Amino acid sequence: MAERAQPVSPWPGIGAAALVAALILGTLAAVALRAEASGGFSPADWAALRFTLTQATLSALFSVLLAVPVARALARRRFPGRRALIALLGAPFILPVIVAILGLLQVFGRSGWISDFLGIFGLPPIRIYGLHGVVLAHVFFNLPLATRLVLQAWQEVPAERFRLAAQLGCNGMAMFRLIEMPMLKRTLPGVLAVIFAICLTSFAVALTLGGGPRATTIELAIYQAFTYDFDLGRAALLSALQLALTAATALVALKFSRGDGFGTGLDRALRRWDGGAPTIDVFWIIAAAVFLLLPLASVVISGVAGLFDMPAIVFRAALISALVAAASTAVLLLLALPMATAVASGRYGLVELSGILGLAASPLVIGTGLFILIRPLANPTTLALPVTALVNAAMALPFALRILVPAARDITARHGRLALSLDMTKWTFFTRVLLPRMRPQIGFAAGLGAALSMGDLGVIALFADPQIATLPLQIYRLMGAYQMQAAAGGALLLLLLSMGAFWLLDRGGRWHAES
Amino acid sequence: MKHLLIAAGLLSATSAIAADKPQLTVYTYDSFVSDWGPGPQVKEAFEAVCDCELNLVGVEDGAALLSRVRLEGENSDADVVLGLDTNLIAAARETGLFAPNSVSADFALPIEWSDDTFTPYDWGYFAFVHKADATAPANFRELADSDTKIIIQDPRSSTPGLGLLMWVKAAYGDEAPVIWADLSDNIVTVTKGWSEAYGLFLEGESDMVLSYTTSPAYHLIAEDDGSKAASAFDEGNYLQVEVAAKLAATDQADLADQFLEFMVSDAFQQIIPTTNWMYPAVTPAEGLPKGFDTLTVPAKSLLFSPDEAAAVRDQALAEWQNALSQ
Repeated sequence: MAERAQPVSPWPGIGAAALVAALILGTLAAVALRAEASGGFSPADWAALRFTLTQATLSALFSVLLAVPVARALARRRFPGRRALIALLGAPFILPVIVAILGLLQVFGRSGWISDFLGIFGLPPIRIYGLHGVVLAHVFFNLPLATRLVLQAWQEVPAERFRLAAQLGCNGMAMFRLIEMPMLKRTLPGVLAVIFAICLTSFAVALTLGGGPRATTIELAIYQAFTYDFDLGRAALLSALQLALTAATALVALKFSRGDGFGTGLDRALRRWDGGAPTIDVFWIIAAAVFLLLPLASVVISGVAGLFDMPAIVFRAALISALVAAASTAVLLLLALPMATAVASGRYGLVELSGILGLAASPLVIGTGLFILIRPLANPTTLALPVTALVNAAMALPFALRILVPAARDITARHGRLALSLDMTKWTFFTRVLLPRMRPQIGFAAGLGAALSMGDLGVIALFADPQIATLPLQIYRLMGAYQMQAAAGGALLLLLLSMGAFWLLDRGGRWHAES
Repeated sequence: MKHLLIAAGLLSATSAIAADKPQLTVYTYDSFVSDWGPGPQVKEAFEAVCDCELNLVGVEDGAALLSRVRLEGENSDADVVLGLDTNLIAAARETGLFAPNSVSADFALPIEWSDDTFTPYDWGYFAFVHKADATAPANFRELADSDTKIIIQDPRSSTPGLGLLMWVKAAYGDEAPVIWADLSDNIVTVTKGWSEAYGLFLEGESDMVLSYTTSPAYHLIAEDDGSKAASAFDEGNYLQVEVAAKLAATDQADLADQFLEFMVSDAFQQIIPTTNWMYPAVTPAEGLPKGFDTLTVPAKSLLFSPDEAAAVRDQALAEWQNALSQ
C-alpha cells in the first residue's frame, strides 16, 4: 500500500537515526571484535540482571505514578513562582551522580536532617540503604523529568477541549475520564520506558544507596568486566543485553502509546474551569517541592562556603563545560529535529527506537569503542572534547525525542493537508510551519540537553588530558584530593550553570508564547 | 614584509626546537595528574633535568590504567606506566608488555622489594579512619562485635576496596568468609570509589571509613585539623605499594630509564607526601614533612606477593560477594 503524501521528508531523519545507531552499535561491535576469549555470563551476572530489572521497574513505576498527580496539579493551577518551581524541578536530573548522592544522604541519611529531626524525639535514624533507598534515589532523579513530560502532554491538549467540557458541565472526575485519561494512556508508556531505561544503566547510585553487593547492576558488571577482569567479550555481551532490554521495553511502549490525539485546536490560550477545591493539588505541589528541593538545598548550603574557596582552574573547567554543552546541544538539535519530523510523518518506529538506544548504551562501552575506532586514525586525547559533546548529544537524544515527537506529530496532522493542498515545499513547511510552532518544545529539549551535557561526566574520563577537564571531572578530582569543600563549591557552580543554561533555552523557546 | 618573514622564520625555528625535544609519555591515574596531585610538580622537575617533554596522561585509576595499556597493546603510546599496585602486578607481568629496568634504590618500604620490572614510588597502609576522640576497635573481630558503623569501597571498582579484600584474606585465610559475614551488619554501605566513601564519612554517615593511615596527615597539614585518626589493627594492616614500569615497546627506552631513576630520587620523592598523601618509597634527604611523625604506624604489615594476590583474588571476591549478599 502506498503511503499517503506527506508535507515533510523523512529522509534526513532516517539518516540521523542511522548515524546514532551506527555510533551505538558500531562502538559495541568494536569492543566485541577486540575481545579475546570470554568467560560468558556468570551466576553473579544473572543476579545482577534480576536486581537491575527489579529496581528499574519499581523506580519507573513510582516515578511515573507520582508524576501524574504532581503534573495534574501544576497543569490546573497558576500561582506566583510556578515557572521557577518547574525550572527548579529539573535540577536533580542534571547533578553529577556523586553530588546528588551526597545531597540525598544529607537529607535522608543516617545522620541526615530527617534522622536528626527524629532524634529529637528519641526515635532511631531512618534506614535508607536497601532496595527502597535505590528506588527513592531514582525517584528523586526522575520524578522531575516524568513530571515535565506529563505536564507537557497536558498542555498540548487543545484549549477547546477543556472549554467544551466546561460548557457541558463536566466536573473534575468527568474531565479526567473524558480528556485526561485518554491523554495519559498515550503519554505514560513512553515516559515509563524512558525512565526504565535510565534506571537500567544506574551504577554508583544503585550501589551506594543499595548498601552493598546485593545492589549490583548490569552496568557495574560491565565495569567489572572491563577493569577488574579485562574481559571485553563479557562487557560487550552484557552491554548488548542492556540494549536488548531497552529496545524491547521501547517497542512495547511505542505500541501502547499509539492512538489518536485530540485533533485540531485554534491555538487559544488554555483556561481551566474544573479547578474545584485546591486542597489536593496544593498537597501534591508542596510534597513534590519539599522532596526534590531539600537535597538541592543541602547542595547549595554545603557549596556556598566552597564557592569562594575554589582555585581558578575550576572556572576554566566551567568554561570548557559550557562550550561542550553548547556544541552538544547543537548536535542534539541537528539529530533530534529531523528524527522527530520523520517519526511525525509516518510509522518510522525504527527511527524512534534508535533514538532511545542512547539511554541504554553504557558510557564505558561507547567510550572504549570510540577509543578503539579513533586510535588508528588520530590521538584520542586530542579529540576528547568533540567526542564528549557527541556522546552527550546521543545520550540526551531520547529525552529530546520524547519532547519533540508529540508536538511534531500533532502539527503535521493539523496543518499537513492544508500545506499539501497549497503545494507548499517540504522545506517551507519545515521552516515556516513546523519549527515556529515547536519553539517551546525545542527550547525545552535544548535546555535539557545543555544541562545534561553540563552535568554529565560522560566519556571525558576515558579520554582526559590534564589540561582539558570539564567541570564534573574537576569536581571528582577535587574530591579525590580530599578537597571536599572546594568540590562542594564546584558542585554548586555546576548546578547554577546547568540551571542557567536550562532556563535560558527553555525560556527562549517560550518567548512571546502563552501557557 | 621583511619583518613578517623574520617572524615566520623565528616561529618555525622555535617550533622546530620544540619538536626536536624527545617526548616521554607516562600513563598514570587521574588523581596523579590533577592540579592537586603530584603531576604538575613532577613534570616541572623532570623537564628541568631531562631536556625533553613529559606528557602525563591520566586514566581513571590503577585497574583502568592496566586495562587501557592492554587495550592499546604493543602499539601503546605510553613509554612508562605509573600507578599499578601489587594486586595488579601479576596481571601486568602476564601481558608481556613491560620490560625490566636497572633502577636500584634504598627503599624505605616495610618489606623487602626485589622486582626488576616494577619499581615502587610510594606506599601506604590501608586503615580505617575515624574521629580522633572516638575509641576504635583493635581488630576485625572486635569491629564485627561492636556496633561501629563503617563505609567501604567495592573491590570490583576501587583500589582500596580490593586492598581490604586482600587484607581480610591475608589476616584470616579460610576464615575470611566468617569475618565478612560478621562484618555485614557494621557496613553502612559499599561505594564505587574512594571519594564517595570518604565524602559520606565526612558527612557523618559512618563512624569509620576505609582509607589510609596517611589520610589524617592531609587534614593536619593542609587544613590544620587534628580531629581525624587512623587505627592500627593487631592482625596487621595491609600494605599498598604503588609501582611504575617501562613498556617493552617504547621508542624512548633511555628516557624511560632516566625517568624511573628520577622517580626514586629526592626531586620526585619529596613531592609525594603532600600531594599524593602517601609515604615516599625512598625517604628524601630532608626527611618526611612535619605532621607525618604524628601518624599511626601499625606494628605489623601484611602483603600478598603479586602471585599470591593473583591466586586468591577471585575466590576472595566470591566470598565477599556471598557474605554481603545474604
